[in-house]
Amino acid sequence: MIRLEKRPSPSRFWQVATPVLAVILTMIAGGIMFALLGKDPVAAIRTIFWDPLFHPQFADYSRPQLLVKAGPLILIAVGLSLGFRAGIWNIGAEGQYIMGAICGAAAGLALYPADSRLIFPLMVIAGGLGGWAWGMIPAILKTRFNTNEILVSLLLVYVAQSLLASMALGRLRNPEGGGFPGSRNLSRWESSANPELIAGTGMHWGVVAAFIAVIAAYILLQRHILGFQIKLAGQAPRAARFAGVNPARLVVLCLGISGMLAGLAGLFEVTGPAGQISIDFNSGYGFTAIIVAFLGRLNPLGILLAGLLMALTYIGGELAQLMLGLPAAAIQAFQGMLLFFLLAVDLLSNYRIRIAGPAGVA
Amino acid sequence: MNRRTLLATAALGLGLGLGGAASAQGMDKVKACFVYVGPVGDGGWTYQHHQGLLAVEAEFGDRVETAYQESVPEGADAERVLTQMALSGCNIIFTTSFGYMDATNNVAAKFPDIKFEHATGYKREHPNVSIYNARFYEGRAVTGLIAGHMTKSNKIGYIGSFPIPEVVQGINATYLHAKKVNPDVSISVVWAYTWFDPAKEADAAKALIEQGVDVIVQHTDSTAPLAEAAKTPGVIGFGQASDMSEYKTNPDGTPGPRVSSIIDEWSPYYIKRVGALLDGTWESIDSWEGIAAGEVVIGEITEAVPAEVKAEAEALRDAIADGSYHPFTGPLNKQDGSAWLAEGETASDGDLLGMKFYVEGISGDIPN
Repeated sequence: MIRLEKRPSPSRFWQVATPVLAVILTMIAGGIMFALLGKDPVAAIRTIFWDPLFHPQFADYSRPQLLVKAGPLILIAVGLSLGFRAGIWNIGAEGQYIMGAICGAAAGLALYPADSRLIFPLMVIAGGLGGWAWGMIPAILKTRFNTNEILVSLLLVYVAQSLLASMALGRLRNPEGGGFPGSRNLSRWESSANPELIAGTGMHWGVVAAFIAVIAAYILLQRHILGFQIKLAGQAPRAARFAGVNPARLVVLCLGISGMLAGLAGLFEVTGPAGQISIDFNSGYGFTAIIVAFLGRLNPLGILLAGLLMALTYIGGELAQLMLGLPAAAIQAFQGMLLFFLLAVDLLSNYRIRIAGPAGVA
Repeated sequence: MNRRTLLATAALGLGLGLGGAASAQGMDKVKACFVYVGPVGDGGWTYQHHQGLLAVEAEFGDRVETAYQESVPEGADAERVLTQMALSGCNIIFTTSFGYMDATNNVAAKFPDIKFEHATGYKREHPNVSIYNARFYEGRAVTGLIAGHMTKSNKIGYIGSFPIPEVVQGINATYLHAKKVNPDVSISVVWAYTWFDPAKEADAAKALIEQGVDVIVQHTDSTAPLAEAAKTPGVIGFGQASDMSEYKTNPDGTPGPRVSSIIDEWSPYYIKRVGALLDGTWESIDSWEGIAAGEVVIGEITEAVPAEVKAEAEALRDAIADGSYHPFTGPLNKQDGSAWLAEGETASDGDLLGMKFYVEGISGDIPN
């Protein structure tokens, strides 16, 4: 008979080992799925996890692309993890990402076609503020009227998407675009472009910002009183109150920081890889970042690795579609399995498995 | 490794991979690749492009190899997908949605030996980029005529995707040809702001039916509006992008809402272009063909449509095909009453491609 026994404190070994175990289980279950689809499972797994890094034909291009894809995921996930640790659930990073892109792009386009090195920094500030302001709506509603920040932040994503469509069709539409939706291409205008900083590395300002955010969050959580308060509020809300933590202040700070980082991610994306405000500009980074935050155990360094792993499954998944003809849905299912196994084996860090005979016999 | 050496290795890999097939005169074998915005099973836009891929395979057999990638978002990811395709040895890449426009041109700049074909866009920034589209408004004229005859409430509903020239052309062509056979007809437009979202499209159809509309024309790609029309007896619609023939009859055997359809038939174009690459005659073009070239096809007109209406619709289709009739022929005024086309004058392609106005008689504004 198998019993689960709660551990007095989470196992340190399993906390580190479960993500690795989850990846291995995903490979096995995914391999079975690919085999059922009539594809060589070994080739599929190799294409997803190995080829983007080492394939002679693709790796020189796809390795830097890992950073391009992981950058926004890490930047957003670091912000979200602070709130999640404190028990503040910002589910609306996708909306804050969109608003950052809209505000930043609008600030730049208002000055088109001026030629100045100050335009890009101005856009960065506007982008950060846009995401911050969008995060402040659920924060203020929660602190003033005690609304649920999960619902408010999530529903604001749909508001932001509608605003994005109206901006792409209206105020921000390219006047030289023949009436088609979409703004001017910001990556093609020197003052607003966010190009590769060193050719062939994939490093753009958004990736730099992601690295800075990881380091800053690490220091904040390890060394700063605010980091202590965040951890305390999540683990023991009552104790936090006695220790003098102001919960309203924490809500405003956490939603503000995560909104701002998501807004920055949107701004760096719209000026770089995406290039323009279009109706379909957002491609789910804000939601995927939630997975990345948990995959990385809400730890800044873990998030860095989780972001890179997630980017690998995206880019490897694209390669597998192209080279092996796997359907897009199979790749999405594969990514879903990763999250599923992660949550499932997470049990092991909090519970111990006991195998024992029926009571009274042993 | 800098970008130039990266490209050099890529080009080398390409040459080796194909066994040196490329020559100035043509090629022994071509790898044709396709990027789709939706899943191949969407039953509409992407499905039809995929039929084109299959037609290319059937036409050229061993001389062609194909690859495709579905559900590629029209943002930052498109450029990477295109670059990976170029690195994987594709000789010609078809990018089948408007939002891939800048990505297509950016990647084309990096791979001058690979041909790129972008659907429904307007940018050709490099000699290895072509653009192609189809004259869907020609099909709209035919279904508009059927709609004008069939409506009993004299109200036609139109589900628009986005207020762009291509969609405005469709609304104007539908209205003009419905009005010609039924002077009392009016048209209501609902903007869905999506190309493919079954739930939104169904809501739009429901709203139109509640306003008393009994003919629904859609410029979105899912079958949801037809499914919605099927719930109310007497309401009809048309297949869009694909034939959607499953809505010809209801599950209980009664006639279904779909009375005809406009089919996007990309196969002739894809066969022509891959063939040109094989012969060595490929050059950058701006292609905009319609019913005559077989790119816009009117699907079967069902028996729900009276025989004389069917004959009239087919005559209109044939007149457009042989060039004796243009769907936008004067005298025509714009919505505000100002003159657009004089007696006998036909619309120029430039006017059509920038069409941002309704013709006289349509009420409502085009959102901006």
